[in-house]
Amino acid sequence: MTSVSAAGGTKPPAAPKSRKSVTGTRRTVAALFLLPALVLLGALVVYPIGYSVVRSFYDQSGDGFAGIDNYKALFTDEGIRTALKNNIIWVVFAPTIATALGLIFAVLTERVRWGTAFKLVVFMPMAISMLAAGIIFRLVYDQDPDKGVANAVWVGVHDTFAQASAFPKAHPGRESPLKPAGGGAFITTSPVRTGEAVSLPLVGVAPDQMPDGAKAAVAPKPEPDKVTGTTWQDFTRGKGVGALNRVDPSELGYAGMRVEAVKDGKVVASTTAAGDGTFTLPASADGARLRLPANNFKEPYNGLDWLGPSLVTPAIIGSYIWMWAGFAMVLIAAGLASVPRELLEAARVDGASEWQVFRRVTVPLLAPVLAVVAVTLMINVLKIFDLVFIIAPGSSQDDANVLALELYRKGFSEDQPGIASAISVFLLLLVIPVMWFNVRRLRREVRR
Amino acid sequence: MKAKQSLGSRLAEGVGGGLLRVFLIVVGLFWLVPTIGLLVSSLRAPEDIAASGWWKVFTEPSQITFDSYSKLLQNEDITSSLLNTVWITVPATLLVVVIGSLAGYAFAWMEFPGRDWWFLGVVGLLVVPVQVALIPIAELFGKIGIFGSVLGVVLFHVGFGLPFAVFLLRNFFAEIPRELLEAARLDGAGELRLFFRVVMPLGAPAIAALGIFQFLWVWNDLLVALIFSDSGSQPITVALQTQVRQFGNNIDVLAPGAFISMVIPLAVFFAFQRQFVSGVMAGAVK
Repeated sequence: MTSVSAAGGTKPPAAPKSRKSVTGTRRTVAALFLLPALVLLGALVVYPIGYSVVRSFYDQSGDGFAGIDNYKALFTDEGIRTALKNNIIWVVFAPTIATALGLIFAVLTERVRWGTAFKLVVFMPMAISMLAAGIIFRLVYDQDPDKGVANAVWVGVHDTFAQASAFPKAHPGRESPLKPAGGGAFITTSPVRTGEAVSLPLVGVAPDQMPDGAKAAVAPKPEPDKVTGTTWQDFTRGKGVGALNRVDPSELGYAGMRVEAVKDGKVVASTTAAGDGTFTLPASADGARLRLPANNFKEPYNGLDWLGPSLVTPAIIGSYIWMWAGFAMVLIAAGLASVPRELLEAARVDGASEWQVFRRVTVPLLAPVLAVVAVTLMINVLKIFDLVFIIAPGSSQDDANVLALELYRKGFSEDQPGIASAISVFLLLLVIPVMWFNVRRLRREVRR
Repeated sequence: MKAKQSLGSRLAEGVGGGLLRVFLIVVGLFWLVPTIGLLVSSLRAPEDIAASGWWKVFTEPSQITFDSYSKLLQNEDITSSLLNTVWITVPATLLVVVIGSLAGYAFAWMEFPGRDWWFLGVVGLLVVPVQVALIPIAELFGKIGIFGSVLGVVLFHVGFGLPFAVFLLRNFFAEIPRELLEAARLDGAGELRLFFRVVMPLGAPAIAALGIFQFLWVWNDLLVALIFSDSGSQPITVALQTQVRQFGNNIDVLAPGAFISMVIPLAVFFAFQRQFVSGVMAGAVK
């Protein structure tokens, strides 16, 4: 129980100094008060520890002594090694990020009046189950940017910086004046002349994929000293309806299509089509060929595969941080409240910047609390199960595997209780330093 | 010179303050949006969920419907598992509070040989991972015939709730002024009377924190129930977990189901913030 002393001074008090019972209780009464707790603890916690240790040295059926074979499996079994590797990633990153965020939030919320409301919002996920949090984040991480909010935001940011393409599947139809120019671009087969109207028909854009600004296409009008033209969706629903390579009334212009005039491999002019698909190029385009560059036709960016093999563990760690940063924040804020204000003020008076005060005064003073929070989270993360079990889809659960999940699989679906017991003993060994620390600290206080 | 400086620093402070507010608001949204996403999803028809993102609801509020909830509450599996959650959580909480108080009181105020060593032994059990006990207890419960029952799940939670309960309550009870206990004793109070009339009421804050912590721990548990309950005794977390396997087709069950399972913990959270915080802070090692 490392966190108690940090939480706000509830140091375990020493038992009454006199060894004589106040109440003059008989020992049999004391035994009766203790019996239920000790029996349950013995049967449900102590006995299983012994059983697991013994069981971990026996083979899977439990009949033959297996020596340390089960422990060897911890380092040779492919599944367990992935789990071990992921557990290390978890233990390194989740507690540090959660603690760092908790520290930042705790320090910053002191400076706004609605700090309490903010803390409430960030702390709230502590109240809900990891199952519910898992379902929440399955929704957040949905691959489809139209459904998962993570990808919706990501794609939004991405498209702000990289131009989105509007016509992913457009391509020339039959007898088209356009031909593929390599790399996904299309180019006219013959050069264009000023005073001549050019038709650049394409097909293949689904009606619901047309850009919002698309209007009924308008046939190109020739203009002197200019190259004019129209680029549009040369397709009318219904077989044989509408003429090929001619603008029909029901057809839509390719609003926003980029058009380049290329002469000797160099772009001499470029423009963008209007809503009705018409465009105008200056006289310099005379004799050039018109190209529709490839970035018009790029597949739309679909965001990250959050729950795919490579990102699944960081994604689940993200959901864990969402749940536990509030815990770190509240503990650290409690510690911060006990930092003497005069110290901070003195540093400010001495001309220290806010950053210096934070870095040289606040953080060192909070170091014990930060350590307690980080250790608490590490123990917690060591046993992480629910979030991984719920968020990782079946296809990437092997990649997201952690020890507690592997123990569950080995023990309860693959019928390998020997190996599962070895995993559990391994987990127990990892927390023994903390157990020892707790007991030692308390022994001093109990005896005082 | 001095005035200039203060003007400059005030300006910097103003800009910094504005940035700080924006930053905290963005972070707050980050923390709220996932939950709002679940809530909104639970209020949309499956066809709408398949067709567009939940944020569409802000432009088309008419999409909001309680159909998923009313369908869910007619779903036998869900309603019975909700009841199971209650049947598991309430006894597991009460037993831990009562048994933990008895032992905590004994450790704090009674005299018997090796008292401190016994107590330190219990403290050592605080950080034992539940994983260690899963296989042994599954076999034990199988042998005595309570594997798959509500009783088994309750017992397991009591066993692993007790170290923290004893630790917390012993430390709290030890701070009760000696004179109070002696006075009650002189008034002729018996052992049980002393315990129920003096110790328990004085320990109310710690007992409340413990009770809330244990209640939420058990209510929110998935792993223990996943192993020790069967289809007849499974709580809501296990019932929903079986649905997650087909995630995507059944969001109309998952979203409202998850939200219903969150209602009680959130109500407890908002109603008992202070006790909740102290309970969580003290017990997070578990």
